[in-house]
Amino acid sequence: MSNPFSLQGKIILITGASSGIGRSIAIECSKSGAKIIITGRNPERLSQTFTELHGDNHQQIVADLSVDDGIDALVAQLPILDGIAHVAGILNPMPFNFLNRQELDEIMNVNFYAPALLTNQLIRKKLIAKKASIVFVSSISGVSCSFIGGSAYSASKGAINGLIKGMALDLAAKQIRVNSILPGMIDTGLFEGSAISEQDLMADRKRYPLGRYGKPEEVAYAAIYLLSDATAWMTGSNLLIDGGFTLI
Amino acid sequence: MEKEKFVEEFAAQFEETDANEFSIKTAFRDIEEWSSFTMLLIIAMVNEKYHVKLTGEDIRNAKTIEDIYKNVASKIV
Repeated sequence: MSNPFSLQGKIILITGASSGIGRSIAIECSKSGAKIIITGRNPERLSQTFTELHGDNHQQIVADLSVDDGIDALVAQLPILDGIAHVAGILNPMPFNFLNRQELDEIMNVNFYAPALLTNQLIRKKLIAKKASIVFVSSISGVSCSFIGGSAYSASKGAINGLIKGMALDLAAKQIRVNSILPGMIDTGLFEGSAISEQDLMADRKRYPLGRYGKPEEVAYAAIYLLSDATAWMTGSNLLIDGGFTLI
Repeated sequence: MEKEKFVEEFAAQFEETDANEFSIKTAFRDIEEWSSFTMLLIIAMVNEKYHVKLTGEDIRNAKTIEDIYKNVASKIV
């Protein structure tokens, strides 16, 4: 009997694959038999991910998706896709009273406009196969909660939450599914060199009922689930993976 | 970059502590109101006014407002 959770033979694009959750999704999807196309801004780190992929015939494309030219250049090199995992994202804690257009533009560009417009281009150019699955790695922030200095980040993820619901409806006729994952805090080094200290992070971990932050591969397993045929009747959903954080 | 103005801008990030209580020698982490949120406010203020990106480490390594002032002054291009 075939395994409904397998990604065997599927061609899957993963953005933000240079590090963290994106890298993990790329590696785990390659283990599940998919042909992976990874993209990211940093060539060295993208290559590092590339060398960690299992199997052959994968592809890496350096692209800056925060500008239209970067999106166009990527789209021009892509085959027809069976799945997309939108992982590229930035987080820059900024108290609301210091927000300005530039800060909002920067975060909305990477976290919202880039994945929305990239998918739009792929649909226009018929580069997303029927029955394909599109997965957005969103966040509990902006959907269930937020954090200090997180208004812009939460807004970008809240926007994704609305986007996937509308997209899921509009793309249903093509049998293309659109879902998101809402992770709590994942150990990815996202806060290294930021205002948040390791001490703060240790204290924050204790606020999770399951006693720790998530691991990147725990998000990757959810991505595999949503990208696989096991979820063929699932669209417009948010899959919560937060160690129980939003229960309390 | 003026020391006096910097102290004023620093003090403006506090809600409950009187601005008159601040001087360049103030050990800011001893102020009762100090929190990780105040730290974010200071980092954002410095970024907005001086276009210098401080890290949490920069703040944690500083004791007085003057320490931060010197750090920012050294990074202004």
